[in-house]
Amino acid sequence: MSDVSKTDTDAGPAGGESSEGAARKFLSVRDLRIHFDTDDGLVKSVDGVSFDLEAGKTLGIVGESGSGKSVTSLGIMGLHSSERARISGEIWLDGEELIGAGPERVRQLRGQKMSMIFQDPLSALHPYYSIGAQIVEAYRVHNKVDKKTAKTRAVEMLDRVGIPEPARRYNDYPHQFSGGMRQRAMIAMSLVNNPELLIADEPTTALDVTVQAQILDLIRDLQKEFRSAVVIITHDLGVVAEIADDLLVMYAGRCIERGSSEKVFYQPQHPYTWGLLGSMPRIDREQTDRLVPVKGTPPSLINVPSGCAFHPRCPYADVPKDNLTRTERPDLREITDGHFSACHMSRAEREKIWTEEIAPKL
Amino acid sequence: MTELTKKIPEQESGAGSASGSDSSGPEPILKVTGLVKHFPITKGVLKRKVGAVQAVDGLSFDVRPGETLGVVGESGCGKSTMGRLITRLLEPTGGKVEFEGRDITHLSAGALRPMRRDIQMIFQDPYGSLNPRHTIGGIVSTPFKLQGIEPEGGVKKEVQRLLELVGLSPEHYNRYPHEFSGGQRQRIGIARALALNPKLVVADEPVSALDVSIQAQVVNLLDDLQDELGLTYVIIAHDLSVIRHVSDRIAVMYLGKIVELADRASLYTSPKHPYTKALLSAVPVPDPSRRGGKSDRILLKGDVPSPISPPGGCRFHTRCWKATEICGTTEPPLIQLAPGHQAACHHPENAPDQRPQDTVSVAARETVELAGETPAESTEKAESTEEAESTEKPAPGDAASSDTASDDVASDAPSQDAEGPAKE
Ligand SMILES: Nc1ncnc2c1ncn2[C@@H]1O[C@H](COP(=O)(O)OP(=O)(O)OP(=O)(O)O)[C@@H](O)[C@H]1O
Ligand SMILES: Nc1ncnc2c1ncn2[C@@H]1O[C@H](COP(=O)(O)OP(=O)(O)OP(=O)(O)O)[C@@H](O)[C@H]1O
Ligand code: SF4
Ligand code: SF4
Ligand SMILES: [Mg+2]
Ligand SMILES: [Mg+2]
Repeated sequence: MSDVSKTDTDAGPAGGESSEGAARKFLSVRDLRIHFDTDDGLVKSVDGVSFDLEAGKTLGIVGESGSGKSVTSLGIMGLHSSERARISGEIWLDGEELIGAGPERVRQLRGQKMSMIFQDPLSALHPYYSIGAQIVEAYRVHNKVDKKTAKTRAVEMLDRVGIPEPARRYNDYPHQFSGGMRQRAMIAMSLVNNPELLIADEPTTALDVTVQAQILDLIRDLQKEFRSAVVIITHDLGVVAEIADDLLVMYAGRCIERGSSEKVFYQPQHPYTWGLLGSMPRIDREQTDRLVPVKGTPPSLINVPSGCAFHPRCPYADVPKDNLTRTERPDLREITDGHFSACHMSRAEREKIWTEEIAPKL
Repeated sequence: MTELTKKIPEQESGAGSASGSDSSGPEPILKVTGLVKHFPITKGVLKRKVGAVQAVDGLSFDVRPGETLGVVGESGCGKSTMGRLITRLLEPTGGKVEFEGRDITHLSAGALRPMRRDIQMIFQDPYGSLNPRHTIGGIVSTPFKLQGIEPEGGVKKEVQRLLELVGLSPEHYNRYPHEFSGGQRQRIGIARALALNPKLVVADEPVSALDVSIQAQVVNLLDDLQDELGLTYVIIAHDLSVIRHVSDRIAVMYLGKIVELADRASLYTSPKHPYTKALLSAVPVPDPSRRGGKSDRILLKGDVPSPISPPGGCRFHTRCWKATEICGTTEPPLIQLAPGHQAACHHPENAPDQRPQDTVSVAARETVELAGETPAESTEKAESTEEAESTEKPAPGDAASSDTASDDVASDAPSQDAEGPAKE
């Protein structure tokens, strides 16, 4: 990040220079905005997201349900319909800009150079083709091989994701698989071409811990062997803790905190992150009476709250002076090396709250 | 949900005593005996039956009014199938399901309809269970229309209240399922299931797509409804921290069977079945510093056996580090090993050995630790079963015909047998 300015976000790339910087990263997302027109108004699902990812590294994305994680990923994959979605910003993949590239080019890259594990397996799997046929298809689109070779590869992949008797289950249709088996079938499909960029959107929600460990290993293997870059989106903080190098926290279409996993776990800086970490049931701790969610309801993305979008729910909204919280949107600012947070509180204010109120409870 | 201190005074129904032993307590609201579901596998044009997926293979358990039974187990072990059998979205192959003392095992769709109000299911795949052509307002209103119920203040107002309860807002009312995030869709399913104040809710991974804060909100909501209305839950989930938080009792399944059934505290502090022990040891902990250094994690080696040809004897013996000869030949019965704690194992943990004369065989130990992949073998199998295909090849329009009338088929409110009258 060192070559990008200190308040590295939303103003977007300041001319060619930063685009050049972006082009040098393996994946670089600059000021991405994705809005949808609906009858009730413009939904600002993603509103100025920037991040970089090096080859071989893993970025974890966590955040509120509905905060724009999947929309961001689908944007990178070029999967939004151009009629419905308004997209701006830049997405650089290995030196190539994707938003400006034609849909044909993006289609070529998709499934081979970059691929995605979708959050809803049922939306990604066709109900009327067998699981095996769909994996074979995904493989053959990008590899000139005969059917038999492709089938061998598909069975191998089903085996690697832990489907018992893969050769016999190869002919099953999606509805004959359990939820977790469908999820794994989709993982097999998205890994079949050894992608260099893998976006895994909630890849293990339907998996028990043992199979989950196996899938995470599989992703690590891919990284080791092909230096793949991985973006993993998950609500399971145990999973991010295990696999992510860096962590990005989203709220209301924006990134509100970003840093190394260690930093974000041990010294979270943003009040939303505090709330998130505090609402988790933990198996390594004493049982609590009642879980403590972040109070209030998720924000509207049509009428996004003014200033800091978190202010209606933030217990510290009155800490920053001059009502700044309600009038001015905070930018991501670097707090310590490589650790960014978007909050108006001063360092002293934040540290006081952290040590007195938050840290003892986490 | 057993923070009983707070709960007991309000619950005259006696529901609070949930964690007592099996013999005492109120009549179960749900009683399941020897429940079996086999999905046939057929081959060729003649659909000759060549085998069966033994998805659920002899489950017996009770659920008492006002309690929460958690269900955990490996992916593919039959949890969702069990859920769809007890809500009667699937027809059992064998065994019995009784709801409030009434045998509902083979009730027809028509006879089931009045009961649909009382038994609801939250589906594991939110995307597949929401009709893509209906708005969310429409989807959540469906239960009211089907049951001919007019809530106070009108349907729309009630629907908006329900949506708000699960953290959705009025701006979502007119939107279609594909315009929502994964977690939002999951919450729509929850709102729909809760609409008619059911008595029993079977929730299949109800919070898996929610961030921990909204998850906490939903868990608290379920908790409150249980306190206020005495709701009974069967909650299926992989997240063992969530299960620990919500359940009074927990059933652990492995390959179509219940291998352990116990009070929450007892299960977590003193698991008796080796599979449960392995499961609990593998929970990832949200703490990056523990990465890699998980010395106490028991990693199960060896392939997960298939429900098409499950191992004989104890189904877990191919992966169990304690297996002895008898484990391969004799199925251990599910028996009470401590008050309120049942397990099916010849050599349980934290309990007296049931077969002390049989000692752990070295061979078994090696299978577990060394079993590697045999890709060559799987390729061979691929050839030999080339033309085998499963029965229920879905065809458009055929959706609701067989016993799969369920969440797999994109239909609105499958739990309300919505499409039935409309289509036929
Ligand atoms: N096609 C669409 N039209 C209008 N709004 C949309 C559309 N797709 C998504 N949204 C909205 O955009 C927001 C972001 O959605 P997204 O799917 O990215 O959330 P998410 O962060 O992945 O959440 P989750 O964790 O629940 O999956 C949501 O509030 C959603 O309702
Ligand atoms: N309609 C069907 N036809 C054939 N086999 C089926 C059908 N439905 C489920 N099965 C099989 O039955 C077994 C149990 O499936 P089930 O969905 O109950 O598992 P589960 O425990 O819910 O798993 P998960 O945790 O992955 O959701 C699986 O092997 C599955 O493939
Ligand atoms: S800017 Fe204000 S409202 Fe936003 S997180 Fe910081 S203190 Fe809270
Ligand atoms: S019966 Fe034998 S194989 Fe089965 S769990 Fe117990 S010790 Fe292991
Ligand atoms: Mg999502
Ligand atoms: Mg399931």
